[in-house]
Amino acid sequence: MNVFNIVIAGVGGQGVLMASKVLAESALAGGLDAKQNEVHGMAQRGGSVISFVRIGEKVHSPVVTPGTADMLISFEPLEALRYAHYLKPGGILVYNTVTINPSTVASGMAVYPADVEEQIARVRPDARGFDALAVAKEAGNAKAVNMVMVGAVMADLPLDPAIVTGVVGEISKGKGVEVNLRALAGGAAA
Amino acid sequence: MRNIISGNEAIALSFSDSGGVFASGYPGTPSTETLEEVARLGRVYCEWAPNEKVALEAAIGASIAGGRALATMKHVGVNVAADALLTLTYTGVNAGLVLMVADDPAMPSSQNEQDSRNYAKFAKVPLLDPADSQEAYDFVREGFDLSERFDTPVMLRTTTRISHAKGVVTPRERIEPKIAPWARDVPKYVMLPNFARIRHVTVEERLLALQEFAETTSLNRVEPRDRSLGIIASGVCYQHVMEACPTASVLKLGLAHPLPAGKIREFAGAVDRLMIVEEMDGIFEEQIRAMGIRVDIGKDKIPLCGEVSADIIRAAIGESVAVATSPVENLPQRPPTFCPGCAHRGLFTILSKLKAFVSGDIGCYTLGALPPMNAMHSCICMGASVSAAHGMAKVNEIAERSEKPVAVIGDSTFFHSGMTGLLSMAYNNPNALVVIMDNRTTGMTGGQENPGSGKLLQGSEARQVDMVTLVKALGIDQVAEFNSYHLAEAEAAIRKGLETPGPYVLIDKNPCILRYRVQRPIRVVNQDACTGCRACLKVACVALGLTAGGEKPKVRIDPNICNGCSVCAQLCKFDAISES
Repeated sequence: MNVFNIVIAGVGGQGVLMASKVLAESALAGGLDAKQNEVHGMAQRGGSVISFVRIGEKVHSPVVTPGTADMLISFEPLEALRYAHYLKPGGILVYNTVTINPSTVASGMAVYPADVEEQIARVRPDARGFDALAVAKEAGNAKAVNMVMVGAVMADLPLDPAIVTGVVGEISKGKGVEVNLRALAGGAAA
Repeated sequence: MRNIISGNEAIALSFSDSGGVFASGYPGTPSTETLEEVARLGRVYCEWAPNEKVALEAAIGASIAGGRALATMKHVGVNVAADALLTLTYTGVNAGLVLMVADDPAMPSSQNEQDSRNYAKFAKVPLLDPADSQEAYDFVREGFDLSERFDTPVMLRTTTRISHAKGVVTPRERIEPKIAPWARDVPKYVMLPNFARIRHVTVEERLLALQEFAETTSLNRVEPRDRSLGIIASGVCYQHVMEACPTASVLKLGLAHPLPAGKIREFAGAVDRLMIVEEMDGIFEEQIRAMGIRVDIGKDKIPLCGEVSADIIRAAIGESVAVATSPVENLPQRPPTFCPGCAHRGLFTILSKLKAFVSGDIGCYTLGALPPMNAMHSCICMGASVSAAHGMAKVNEIAERSEKPVAVIGDSTFFHSGMTGLLSMAYNNPNALVVIMDNRTTGMTGGQENPGSGKLLQGSEARQVDMVTLVKALGIDQVAEFNSYHLAEAEAAIRKGLETPGPYVLIDKNPCILRYRVQRPIRVVNQDACTGCRACLKVACVALGLTAGGEKPKVRIDPNICNGCSVCAQLCKFDAISES
């Protein structure tokens, strides 16, 4: 198989890294090679976060270059727009429609584009957006947006959904297991 | 068992598996998780040091006492530890010593982009440059073997894409720690001039022996493929080369210093065109050109600044790089910012209002330099806030300017290297104000323990150094505490500090809300009282936003994000913001 390139985008604190970990661990559990990489540090303070997961028989670089992603999962619409150019032609874009203001908007220095979803549709006509926060709350925790998003793309991954579900079960802590599994299923049904 | 782990985790695991006895370091992105993982694994003693020099010196002591030692730090940390390193190379080691240093190309989290390979050349020590997590694991063990075999410290250098990238690792058989006799060897370990002159000769001889080793070691391997293009690379650049030029012949260097001149000459002679792919400085290229070997593609095509990528390599060999679509332009930026509820927000709101010159430092509070606060005017390196403010104050005095500089520094940075600057202030008596934001954690790197947090790296109880006592002990008489969440009180305290002649220290003891999970009752905006004047937006809090539509949109607070600090409410002249 060719290397399958995934880009996960979001805002510091949204659990982008946990979602990346699930995908990379699932690849390993499925007998494949994987590399996963993101930018830490200052990005944790409410900044834009971008993470790469690459899955295949043999993966060299941990970096996905623009124009080569098979899939972009964005936890926030503005971030979907910011990283849409990472997708290759025909790549899949799935995003959470719930917006989070950047500090530049919160301080009145910039305006959040009111037509963000229309702009995404112009760039990627087949992009799929949905309210992942509502699904996460339904599952029992607003912070489970990350697992909802993994659930939403599960059918399009080169991985067995049963393996992904197993990995989520394994790495979730304590009471989080049930919430995360519900969030995953909720995302898959969304 | 195969794991998918980061380079940092792999280094920690290998240290625990390779007879490691003692580890010390100072947090710094992208190196931090290494020591945290050694602690989590729980098999080897490890500790946070107050700075990198202390960490390396403690590792030297551990080595002399017979235990394999690891020191971890980010690239700029080596500057702090360089005093120790440049003489450690003379003494050599007793038990093996590995200095792990993490470089940060493209600077996602650093103040400069220095290339640590220069230090290996400078200190004349071997440098290992792993290309993925498995090599990070393998090279720790290799590093200890080299260290003991050649009686030298070994540098293990990563970059952000090695430290933080996760890849598959198969661990090797575990080696039980063995503690060697405590070495007493005066001519080897006491660097008086007479002994050091002898040791310098040893260093030069060792480097020649390492060069011979470099020729034959499997750390440096040739991957013969198509001979029309031959590429020399190390570290993550090797992976980018494999993506961009899978058919080219490659000389992959695992030992990046000293270089195998013979092997390079042979490789260069066997290919039509020679290319060198290295991130940041052209260190290989400079040395290879000095060997009289023709380099066809190098730093003329591969940038000195930022990260290397497969696309950069493709462009360098003249391949067209497919650009699918260009990025969408003019989107609002999403820079990092103070967390909702952070104590720094109140401080910088006041400093911005007072238009004080702020001499800043390394930590979350450096974000006070960004708009709309614009309340920091210099930031160089760890601890420089205090010493630079001192120098500014002295020039102000000479120039008969009345303005008093304000140094802003956090607790961990103060322990790291702010203390000596403050001692100089006590001694040399400048007219300067120092604000210590004592939030009892090393915040920017993710909340590590420090001498003021009351906890060890492992989370167990430790002596908690009291900041006020420490500042007074350094010789500062004018010390006061203040509360940055209370804007009127904070402003009065800062004004007093600015108006009182001589060195003056203010300490805020509010804890980091992220690290200590502080949550106060959230605030709401009374939409009838809000006039849309935007005064509250000056605090740059991501919980605030304008309601859509209308001629003068009003402010609303996102209940999912607000932390209840009330700094925005204190700026509202219409009492429109209150507890919900």
